[in-house]
Amino acid sequence: MSDAADSGTSRGLSSAKRNALVLVVVVVGMFGFGYATVPLYNALCVFTGLNGKVSNQAVKETAAAAVDTSREVKVQFVTTVNGGRDWEFRPLQSSVEVHPGEFVTVMFHARNTQDSDLVAQAVPNVAPIEAAKYLHKSECFCFNNQPFKAGEEKMMPVRFVLDREIPPEVDTVTLSYTFFDVTEAAAKAAAKTAPKS
Amino acid sequence: MAHTDHAHHDDHAHHGPAPGIMRWIKTTNHKDLGTLYLVFAFTMFFIGGLMSLVIRAELFHPGLQFVRPEFFNSMTTLHALVMIFGGVMPAFTGLANWMVPMQIGCSDLALPRVNNWGFWLLPFAFCLLLSTLFMPSGGPAGGWTMYPPLVLQMGEGFPFLIFAIHLMGISSITGAINVAVTILNMRAPGMTLLKMPLFCWTWLITAYLLIATMPVLAGAVTMLLTDRYFGTSFFTASGGGDPVLFQHVFWFFGHPEVYILILPAFGIVSTIIPTFARKTLFGYDSMVYATASIAFLSFIVWAHHMFTVGMPLAGELFFMFSTMLIAVPTGVKVFNWVATMWRGSMSFETPMLFAVAFVFLFTIGGFSGLMLAMAPVDFQYHDTYFVVAHFHYVLVPGAVFSILAGVYYWIPKWTGRMYNEFWGKTHFWLSAIFINVTFFPQHFLGLAGMQRRVPDYAVQFTDFNEISTIGAFGFFLAQFIFIFNMIKCMSKKGVPATDRVWEGAHGLEWTVPSPAPYHTFEVPPYVGDDETQSLHGAAKAH
Repeated sequence: MSDAADSGTSRGLSSAKRNALVLVVVVVGMFGFGYATVPLYNALCVFTGLNGKVSNQAVKETAAAAVDTSREVKVQFVTTVNGGRDWEFRPLQSSVEVHPGEFVTVMFHARNTQDSDLVAQAVPNVAPIEAAKYLHKSECFCFNNQPFKAGEEKMMPVRFVLDREIPPEVDTVTLSYTFFDVTEAAAKAAAKTAPKS
Repeated sequence: MAHTDHAHHDDHAHHGPAPGIMRWIKTTNHKDLGTLYLVFAFTMFFIGGLMSLVIRAELFHPGLQFVRPEFFNSMTTLHALVMIFGGVMPAFTGLANWMVPMQIGCSDLALPRVNNWGFWLLPFAFCLLLSTLFMPSGGPAGGWTMYPPLVLQMGEGFPFLIFAIHLMGISSITGAINVAVTILNMRAPGMTLLKMPLFCWTWLITAYLLIATMPVLAGAVTMLLTDRYFGTSFFTASGGGDPVLFQHVFWFFGHPEVYILILPAFGIVSTIIPTFARKTLFGYDSMVYATASIAFLSFIVWAHHMFTVGMPLAGELFFMFSTMLIAVPTGVKVFNWVATMWRGSMSFETPMLFAVAFVFLFTIGGFSGLMLAMAPVDFQYHDTYFVVAHFHYVLVPGAVFSILAGVYYWIPKWTGRMYNEFWGKTHFWLSAIFINVTFFPQHFLGLAGMQRRVPDYAVQFTDFNEISTIGAFGFFLAQFIFIFNMIKCMSKKGVPATDRVWEGAHGLEWTVPSPAPYHTFEVPPYVGDDETQSLHGAAKAH
């Protein structure tokens, strides 16, 4: 180590300031990295299906989609209302058997039991996480938030397909939806866009 | 030799400490700031200790006896934040303030004003944090890890929590930049990097960990703040965010953070054991490389804190094996300490007692860490008292014992007086016994299924909890022996210390008089072979 020989205190001070500045830049960079983890993580989750995240992009339905009739996969449906509200939200069928490549429509029923209007947002999740990236939806009530008048009842369809590439060891897939109350956030967003339109 | 340089200090008499309280508020002197940091840290240890007594008193018996569950939860949360950010980290910064310039032979830290600012942020940070206890909605009660969505449901104390974390972060980043730059640029001629005392090495690496991870925590808590007040959805699931992402980001900071809390301890123990074994440290270079490896590995193991959130098998395996890999450099260190003691002419003054207890008890904490590293069994241990026992073993008989050892070791140099050896040893034995009485039964409680962060428990856990509570009160009371012993040194009562203080002590800090003058090494000392080679063994050629 020869660098220390010339690191006397007098000479050290000017390069000390330079070094300190470099470290401050590192600090700012790492603060930015904290924010960069958000898009990185989302991209990674959608790409790998990590954490059961599914893409919220609708897929185009191709008429000539080949169906793999040799396999049947059981798809189960689970619904939750966040925060213990007593809205009604349930699938009409607890599970369906589907062939990979086959488009299937299932229905969900929801009712706003409150005596005030609300806006709900459903967030989907898929288990096991290995299956997440093989479940595609062409239609889903989770693509947009769902306004409900007081006491309003809705039947909401989901149309989905399991990719033919879905790993052979997966014989059961669970699709879960959690309903969140986003009434306040939706009102704020509406107020923001209103003056422009 | 350094001794001759002290003639210069007479010229600087007018640069001595300013009189009155302004000395402490305006000081840029590394020794003053080191003292302030240490006094602050021990004040926080006291406050955090009181909180732990509330926890242990409540857990003495099943059922609710003294406090409401919400208050109990804010006690566990604040105990952690106060002990980590207010106790251990400022204590290590205080030791670095005092010792790094004296060990590398420079007059002060590179950025003295920043040093002052960094310290004085801390009292404000903790006033913000502790003020939440007096708000109608109470203090933060969702755990020190601040996981959303729970933390977002906190009352009006929430922004106080976030800004307190910001201030603590800025404070530790300024401290880290200061130490890193000082070590890189201000070493005395001849003090090459691989001749530095290990305390400086471990602190240099700690400083880089702080610089790399504290801003990530600052970013994460800022995202919490905007999620709550500005309608962003970084972690809000209804808006497309993911609460699990917070856990990833938090532990990307959090795991290096646990090494921030232990690497300086490694440095202190590596300094004390050779002194009292009267041998050179075994494997100096391997100690440096082991520390650097631990620091590197700490960045790729974070998800072992969250095995149960649902991860692909490949992820579980990667984080399991990379975590177990840390046992290798850590084992190198433990074996080096043992080899240093091997056939040494050991004597057991108080600092050595604490250092030896550190090696033994920290290793127990390391072993329970290896058990937790195993993903399949972690599903049983997760969020139980086994985890509590594990991290308290590495933090209390680990980090805190090393701080106590360091203070006993260097206080004769700081104050010019020896502490009372009898009371020092009494303090050690009471601490060592009671800390095991407190935390060892918690291993069994955890394995039997007792959850952490719950004020009540099933009746079959009562016996071990009673033992644990008795230990906690005993440990707390024993610390007053230490406080009085140190106050006696600081008030200049006690046997005057020699310059060398310890028979086997080596390094530049022992070449200045005791007590150390207000300014030391204003003219850089020439680092002779006799001081540094004793760290390495004379055979080492550079």
